[in-house]
Amino acid sequence: MTDHWIIAEGLVKRFGNTMAVSGVDLKVRPGTVLGMLGPNGSGKTTTVRMLATLLKPDAGHAAVGGYDIRTQPHQVRQLIGLTGQYASVDEKLTGRENLVLIGRLLGLSRSMAKQRATELLAQFQLEDAAHKAAKAYSGGMRRRLDLAASLVGRPGILFLDEPTTGLDPRARLNLWTLIHELVRQGTTVLLTTQYLEEADHLADDIIVIDRGRVIASGTPDQLKARVGAQTLAVKAGREVDLPAIIELISELVSGAAEVEGLQVSAPAASPDLLPAVVRRLDAAGIVPAELMLRGPSLDDVFLSLTGRHAEADSDAETTREPPR
Amino acid sequence: MNAPEPSPLPAHVSLASGLQQTFTLAWRTLLQIRHNPWELGDFSIQPILFLLLFLFVFGGAIAGSTEDYLHFMLPGVIVMNMMFVTVYVGHGLNTDLTKGVFDRLRALPIARWAPLAGRILADLVKQAWSILLLLAVGFLLGFRLGTSISALLLMSLLVLTMALAVSWVMVLVGVISRDPEHVQLFGFTALFPITFVSNVFVPVDTMPGWLTLAVSLNPVSSLADASRGLLTGGPVLQPALWSLGWALAITVVFAPLSLRALNRRLGRS
Repeated sequence: MTDHWIIAEGLVKRFGNTMAVSGVDLKVRPGTVLGMLGPNGSGKTTTVRMLATLLKPDAGHAAVGGYDIRTQPHQVRQLIGLTGQYASVDEKLTGRENLVLIGRLLGLSRSMAKQRATELLAQFQLEDAAHKAAKAYSGGMRRRLDLAASLVGRPGILFLDEPTTGLDPRARLNLWTLIHELVRQGTTVLLTTQYLEEADHLADDIIVIDRGRVIASGTPDQLKARVGAQTLAVKAGREVDLPAIIELISELVSGAAEVEGLQVSAPAASPDLLPAVVRRLDAAGIVPAELMLRGPSLDDVFLSLTGRHAEADSDAETTREPPR
Repeated sequence: MNAPEPSPLPAHVSLASGLQQTFTLAWRTLLQIRHNPWELGDFSIQPILFLLLFLFVFGGAIAGSTEDYLHFMLPGVIVMNMMFVTVYVGHGLNTDLTKGVFDRLRALPIARWAPLAGRILADLVKQAWSILLLLAVGFLLGFRLGTSISALLLMSLLVLTMALAVSWVMVLVGVISRDPEHVQLFGFTALFPITFVSNVFVPVDTMPGWLTLAVSLNPVSSLADASRGLLTGGPVLQPALWSLGWALAITVVFAPLSLRALNRRLGRS
């Protein structure tokens, strides 16, 4: 039927005089994850809402699972799951009731809906909170419940709109693992995020979106290569080690080390740098307090692609509150 | 779970499925009450308080005795309470819109009208409960049915019909309000004058002439009159026809307005 499960060509959406999305093209291959990377207000959410049939595009067309989002929205809805800042659960119901509700709405029998809820609660580590009202959930639990709610119908295509924004690192890692597992089972995912790290971790392909347009696309590695080197940082455990660390790193990167407090950092142009540093530190008998390789951030990507920092376009953002 | 089914997916929701989804969503709204018992208190205790308060504070002054007054006011209090309970439609709808539940539902392959229909159906259940409760308390306080059980059922049906019509006004309030608190503010601010400038608590002939016109034109008055006739005896046909006419007019005006406002709000975010 089609080589791509999500295809969009020239999608446009205007809100009043604001162009929220001005001609977005994208393609997602079956069983892969496309990461849509961009700052607040760049049009990510509006694009996802159009693809998920919640908004009608002003121009362009798109197909999800081979069905036209404009003329066959009901078929599209049978194939997709949606988790976003806006597509949310009923706070007054328990986690379990929320899942049963959606199962019933999807036409499952009472017992099937209960069984599916039990499965999902187990899969998303929510069994202990199953009988608590969703408003009592922590941020991480809430996102897991949102994600579980979008999976009741076992959709083959999943839209994840900033699934980890506002979560602490542990909850984020936890959610990443769950998303990985879904992809491993064959789910096709369109993910929006503000974090390059997240797109890098989860996505097979990335598009960078800015002011409603796609400004770059490629694999995470291609994109990072375009942006530039990673940064190596070593933090000394003791102050006495600092001079030796500076000397050692300066030698390896030919002089470009930067020192800030107890931390020494340098651009890591070659992948050999990290093991070389570890070997040299070990040989010198130095145990560092921290040793890390930091990738470029969304801000670095933006700076290199647009010459601007990644800041929110305040008026282009579509929040769940309509502008008035 | 990988490929879209080779056979084409259905393009529409059947009417039977749509109704099933409506019942499920109504069940969800009623389930909320189980976890928020104060909500039950809102539409159970409040009308009883109104009933008791007006009965014992004003009863003697207005009608000479509380027993006479009870027979005058109980039908009116049922109508007044119906008006207030409709605010839940707007409040609940607005909560769903602002919290994102509405979008979650719209992304599911369910009938487009099911979320709204489910909300209104749940409201009718709350309405029926309130009527039942007020009648029960009324009978405990000494109210005697002057007509028949079928007249009582007819009264309930008439009140529910008006509730359905006024729900459309509250859908509009729910859609145009920024948050649930504003729904309550707008809703009650509009409802207080409408319900009190009526013959719910005081007979029209005790009011100044200029007010009489407003009171007798008020749909709350016609509905209270019709309810009185159906519960205690007296003229029914004329006020009942007025009530039905009002219900029809309100629906014809507000249903399209509400749906248009809802679609506009959904297309804007």
